[in-house]
Amino acid sequence: MSRIGATIKARQSQGQKALIPYLVAGDPNLPTTAQLMHALVAAGADIIELGFPFSDPSADGPVIQKGAERSLAAGTTLRDVLELVSQFRQSNADTPVVLMGYLNPIEIMGYERFVNEASTAGVDGVLIVDMPPVESGQMIKLLRQQQMDAIFLVAPTTSAARAELISKQCSGYLYYVSLKGVTGAAITDTESIRRNVRNLKKLSDLPVVIGFGIKDEKSAASMAELADGVVIGSALVERIAELENKSQHSDADIAATVSLFATVRKILDNFN
Amino acid sequence: MSGDQATPVETGLDDPLDGPDSSGHFGRYGGMFVGETLVAAVNELADVYQQLSEDPEFWKEFNYDLKHYVGRPSPLYFAERLSKACDGAKIYLKREDLNHTGAHKINNTIGQALLAKHMGKSRIIAETGAGQHGVASATVAARLGLECHVYMGAQDIQRQTPNVYRMKLLGAEVISVTSGTQTLKDAMNEALRDWATNVDNTYYMIGTAAGPHPYPQLVRDFQCVIGREAREQSLQQIGKLPDALVACVGGGSNAIGLFHPFLHDDAVAMYGVEAGGYGIPTGKHAAPLSDGVPGVLHGNRTYLMTDSGGQIKDTHSVSAGLDYPGVGPEHSWLKDIGRVSYVDATDAEALKAFHELTLLEGIIPALESSHAVAYAMKLAKELGHDRHIVVNLSGRGDKDIETVARLDGIEIQGSAE
Repeated sequence: MSRIGATIKARQSQGQKALIPYLVAGDPNLPTTAQLMHALVAAGADIIELGFPFSDPSADGPVIQKGAERSLAAGTTLRDVLELVSQFRQSNADTPVVLMGYLNPIEIMGYERFVNEASTAGVDGVLIVDMPPVESGQMIKLLRQQQMDAIFLVAPTTSAARAELISKQCSGYLYYVSLKGVTGAAITDTESIRRNVRNLKKLSDLPVVIGFGIKDEKSAASMAELADGVVIGSALVERIAELENKSQHSDADIAATVSLFATVRKILDNFN
Repeated sequence: MSGDQATPVETGLDDPLDGPDSSGHFGRYGGMFVGETLVAAVNELADVYQQLSEDPEFWKEFNYDLKHYVGRPSPLYFAERLSKACDGAKIYLKREDLNHTGAHKINNTIGQALLAKHMGKSRIIAETGAGQHGVASATVAARLGLECHVYMGAQDIQRQTPNVYRMKLLGAEVISVTSGTQTLKDAMNEALRDWATNVDNTYYMIGTAAGPHPYPQLVRDFQCVIGREAREQSLQQIGKLPDALVACVGGGSNAIGLFHPFLHDDAVAMYGVEAGGYGIPTGKHAAPLSDGVPGVLHGNRTYLMTDSGGQIKDTHSVSAGLDYPGVGPEHSWLKDIGRVSYVDATDAEALKAFHELTLLEGIIPALESSHAVAYAMKLAKELGHDRHIVVNLSGRGDKDIETVARLDGIEIQGSAE
């Protein structure tokens, strides 16, 4: 089992849920992202989803779009993001890092080079938003060769037959999209999420985490009840937007930015 | 270029010109690169189209609308004075500008409206650059009584004010897109976001032969009426097939519509004319086939204008309809196998052709189509008098007169700027 699977399993065995923040690497600059990653771990994050920016993030809502714009304005490249992960690994050997983004930067770098460099940097898994399993054969093969996880989304529109196919291609965790729409929109239909996640768990032994639309303690608690963990993205990126664009922030500013995660952590620790 | 696919990929088809394959690929291009939320919608559309395209009744209805509503067939017109001015090959214009709503775009929206109706969708969304596709979408939506939302870059709204008002008259809501570069690509991003949000009741009417499978195929199929008519008209009026076809390429739907029915006619040369902007060497253009690399954007793998880090580059063209960093995947494939030559015309060349065609033939072409006219005139000069060129005059230029006047330093009374 990968480091990702083991991390979620460890929470499961204690009746706890996994907490997974998402942030855009390089928003507003790379040193700040490094500070935030360590602070998130200290606040109780189990896995970090690290977004690499793309100019045309067509599955993201305005909050994450702006995060990507800030990152690109600072000149962040995919190569920089991989470098950021290797630096993070120098002082954190345990927290799994999942790279999340759109395919084109990887397409231009070349799949093999990307996978090799990501593996060397210490990346644990990859989630490419606009690359469904049917287009992912080569990528999955390369990731498996390096013992990295290929993570896929399952949406409310995903049929049962398709969910089964996805769960066979996926490793690490299944990422259930809580709503029809883009990141940061509002969750409206908890019952269908409950039903769909339950069905997913029947199809596969993989952990299921829920994301898109979780923005506070309340939504985190209600979604965590249905799954093995929650992803919180837009709510964090919104806080990051308030940070000044300088390379070194005070511990107090960074702690304030990630404060939501400490409170959510407490909620996720008590699901016995 | 992606490192793992340096050589052209086999198509798995008996004839490489008969794409796409069953998974929506033209060689290594095309495919279905969308977020999971949209996969079901795209698959459903592929299934519905597969089924309907085998139903003669569907095509009967399509052809009826093209004849009685659009006004097809469009003429193939011998541009005698334009040809004489070139002192070379004879230039024929395929008059898509004479279609209802003034461009080839309506061929596609008529077809997709039938699909939307069949699928029971109550709401249509579309992206538009020059506004021609937005107008064509708003038109069919009005005719069917469907709600219509058109996404348009804020910059393009400035450039194409008459079309914006036309859409509003037709009952559509025009949504100004202020993200990114505020042009066609950003309008497409926003339309994709809308689609993911309203996927249950919404039909996404893509305006060009690009996007995820099955759009490149179905848009091409609807636009092929251009090439089929042109082929028949050439045989009747010229007595043989033309020696060359010329069409402008933004996303490339008018070009693939003209080219496709001729692909197996080896003697017919084909030229797709991209927007050269200020000139290819300046980098300020919208010519991914001339100066781009394969990548993935908006649902398909295709040639793109992208930087070394994989970010999409800003494009420039005087013509909003060509101002797009990608191109339909079939064009990428036709480029790689060498069946079609992709060339460019600059802003200046297109503007010159715009004036020449207007003065010599009394036809005001769209700035998009002016790129094709510019290249055809160049080609005519190189070819002998016994040669024949068919140019797709994909749209009329009424929408562009403010832009042209501004560039010529003339102020039109009552114009926005």
